[in-house]
Amino acid sequence: MTSLTAKDKEAVKAIWAIVSGKKDDIGTDAVARMLTVYPQTRTYFSHWKDLSPTSPAVRKHGVTVMAGVADAVSKIDDLKGGLLALSELHAFTLRVDPANFKILSHCILVVMAIMFPKEFTPEIHVAMDKFLAAVALALAEKYR
Amino acid sequence: MVEWTECERATIKDIFAKLDYDSVGPAALSRCLIVYPWTQRYFSKFGNLYNAAAIMGNPNVAKHGKIILHDLERGVKNMDNLKETYADLSVLHSETLHVDPDNFKLISDCLTIVVASRMGKAFTGEVQAAFQKFLAAVVSALGRQYH
Repeated sequence: MTSLTAKDKEAVKAIWAIVSGKKDDIGTDAVARMLTVYPQTRTYFSHWKDLSPTSPAVRKHGVTVMAGVADAVSKIDDLKGGLLALSELHAFTLRVDPANFKILSHCILVVMAIMFPKEFTPEIHVAMDKFLAAVALALAEKYR
Repeated sequence: MVEWTECERATIKDIFAKLDYDSVGPAALSRCLIVYPWTQRYFSKFGNLYNAAAIMGNPNVAKHGKIILHDLERGVKNMDNLKETYADLSVLHSETLHVDPDNFKLISDCLTIVVASRMGKAFTGEVQAAFQKFLAAVVSALGRQYH
């Protein structure tokens, strides 16, 4: 898809400044939600004993994912280069089908809308949607 | 045909009972036109869609958003009969409006996000699952008469 414009990057940094304090909660809810709304994603976590929304494994994973998103925000000018190590991890070790990046992105956006209804305007929404799509593309870079 | 649990039926009826259709409909459609600008191709007669502010203030967009929500309500009232309920609308979108059915998913996602922002914490994972299942079933019914 399209690359991020200067306006997109500004919008992403602006909303990130507002939400980053709650990023662990956002991540936890997004992962929990994904496992509930899209049960096929549970196939990647068969090694977890507890897949319920309150499980420590879900929280830990939500925190991990959002730390990655935070990293991506700081490297927004070069996502492919900046996320190289994460791309290799996803390509060679995790081998998550890239369709799932779209699913998790959608869940992150839903959680942002729930937690920040006033700030998650349509303009911020389109910038975040583009940004998460760009992150997904960077993560899939090393797949083949 | 889609199978609904009692819990899903109750959840969906409850969501729609609490929704302000005249606010949510316009918000969802205008969000779709802003977040996925290529969808504007179907609204060339609506006037000024030049930027987000113009879209959100456009009375034709608002009117159409309300129509969409009221048409969704028909689905809520006929959850076991969605194919027949939406047969005419499906033909309209295919033969007259020539809308690519992939677009139905885009407006569904925007509607999910608007409803989430209105319901807040009450929009749990289970509620989201039921809502998205309903929207997916409507989208499928709307795509049925395409050839």
